Amino acid sequence: MYFINLTLGGVSSGIVYAAVALALVLIWRATRIVNFAQGGMLMITTFVALGVIDATGSYWLGLLAALVSGFVLGAVVERVLVRPIENGPPMNAVIVTLGLLLFLQAVAGMVWGGSPRSFPPLLGIKGFTVGDARLLLSPSDLFVIGAVLVVMALLVLLFRVTPVGLRMRAAAFSPEVARMFGVRVGRVLTLGWALAGAVGALAGVLVAPATFVGPNQFDAVLVFGFAAAVVGGLDSPPGAVVGGLVVGLTLSYVSGYLGSEVALLGALAVLMTVLMIRPNGLFSRTSVRRV
Amino acid sequence: MESLLRIDGLEVSFGGLSALDAVSLSVRPGEVLGVIGPNGAGKTTLFNAVCGFVRPAAGTLHWQDRALPWPRPHQLARLGIARTLQGLGLFPRLTVLENVMVGATRHARAGFASALLGLPRSDRDERLLRHRSLAVLRELGAEDAAGRLPGELPYGVQKQVALARALVGEPRLLLLDEPASGLSEDGMRELGEVISGLRERMSVILVEHHMDLVMRVCDRVLVLDFGKVIAYGTPDEVRDDPLVTEAYLGDEVTEGTPAPADTAAPAAPGSREESSRA
Repeated sequence: MYFINLTLGGVSSGIVYAAVALALVLIWRATRIVNFAQGGMLMITTFVALGVIDATGSYWLGLLAALVSGFVLGAVVERVLVRPIENGPPMNAVIVTLGLLLFLQAVAGMVWGGSPRSFPPLLGIKGFTVGDARLLLSPSDLFVIGAVLVVMALLVLLFRVTPVGLRMRAAAFSPEVARMFGVRVGRVLTLGWALAGAVGALAGVLVAPATFVGPNQFDAVLVFGFAAAVVGGLDSPPGAVVGGLVVGLTLSYVSGYLGSEVALLGALAVLMTVLMIRPNGLFSRTSVRRV
Repeated sequence: MESLLRIDGLEVSFGGLSALDAVSLSVRPGEVLGVIGPNGAGKTTLFNAVCGFVRPAAGTLHWQDRALPWPRPHQLARLGIARTLQGLGLFPRLTVLENVMVGATRHARAGFASALLGLPRSDRDERLLRHRSLAVLRELGAEDAAGRLPGELPYGVQKQVALARALVGEPRLLLLDEPASGLSEDGMRELGEVISGLRERMSVILVEHHMDLVMRVCDRVLVLDFGKVIAYGTPDEVRDDPLVTEAYLGDEVTEGTPAPADTAAPAAPGSREESSRA
């Protein structure tokens, strides 16, 4: 029973890490940039969602506001901050996205204050009971898992069966050639960032009831999302999902059997193990392609 | 329309080295123009200038008898210019069919919103692209490879895929960069038939080393040597031109010819992108 509960807990937190990882992967595939600002972006959009929920009382409107603002924020960041440095040395992008993270956290602190606020879940957080045992799985957890799975399915459809998705994949592999055949590569990159912004925003809203909302409340989620993305290979959306689950389960088992104080070490161990055995991640098919 | 594409006085230089010097040419609708010349003569540079990969230092371009600024790569598809690359440039993790579908991008109208919302328009677009791409693959005899990744296929089939990707957008002008390299005799014969068959639909500029193919399928041939046009005419005229023989056989240059000696120093081996690539 204990094992089952640890597994359930690991899956429902892992799926959120998977969503964050997916956002990072979308951006990596489009622009070969690791977006350190993802945590700050999803923090802002979660504040937006909280404001809308407070004002209207509707969770769904809040979620919608988060998704839309995430989409717009992603697009604006790409156009304004990333576009000028896209062809520069990779370190420029690291500095810019890290700087953006600090900037967003500072702005959030000024606007909303530094103390964490609670965020309402859509559904109850009391675990289901089987017989007289209580599962570590609540209606809210099911909603989280379902929401992430739906979004992932939509992304798969977008990439696999729509012309727009085809163009995005082509531009990710060889922008120069894609451009020659009429793919508007610039637009495709913006779209990649916008989608990542929306996916990150979803992750923020879903995890907020557990972490609360504050300028630094999502740091851990971002770190685990990074770990998940790297485990999955940074380049592969399915890899991001598997990576998220691996990280979530590891954290859950380690804290359940060894104590929560060593959970982080467990995550680190997984990351190092994967990187030693498969340096490019579990799901990467090619080595570094960037020239 | 007198000419589909006309280029006058094209000059390209790389860091002071002249790669193309006063190159002029025109392609009529439905014409196959061959461009030949020794390695490093500037053939690929000519394509790169037309495609916007290099910026000409001088020269004008007329497209369908209208003066145009030199196009940028993203404008090619809209103008109706498609190109195959020497390195093929297939998208490695897209299937053959998907590779070809990218070539038909300019026929896809639906934008992101309709794709995301699953609107019928995007769906219809997708099916249309798929259908059109399959038809072109079938025409070239490569439809069996539709579901495979390019890396799994023999080189000859990959070349067909690259050609299909260029053809599927129904360009008005097709630029073929050494399409016959690495092909067998049979493959080359088929390629010749395909190119000849394209005449009704488009004009072709063919950069090629295989003389017999060029002489067989081209209406006119332009010979480049050290970035200059040394001959321009029908295959028969070009074949009999002493300058061409000299350029190919390396005969001593007589006075009064467009002497390669002018550019001999900058044309040291490896200084032209073609010679370094060959």
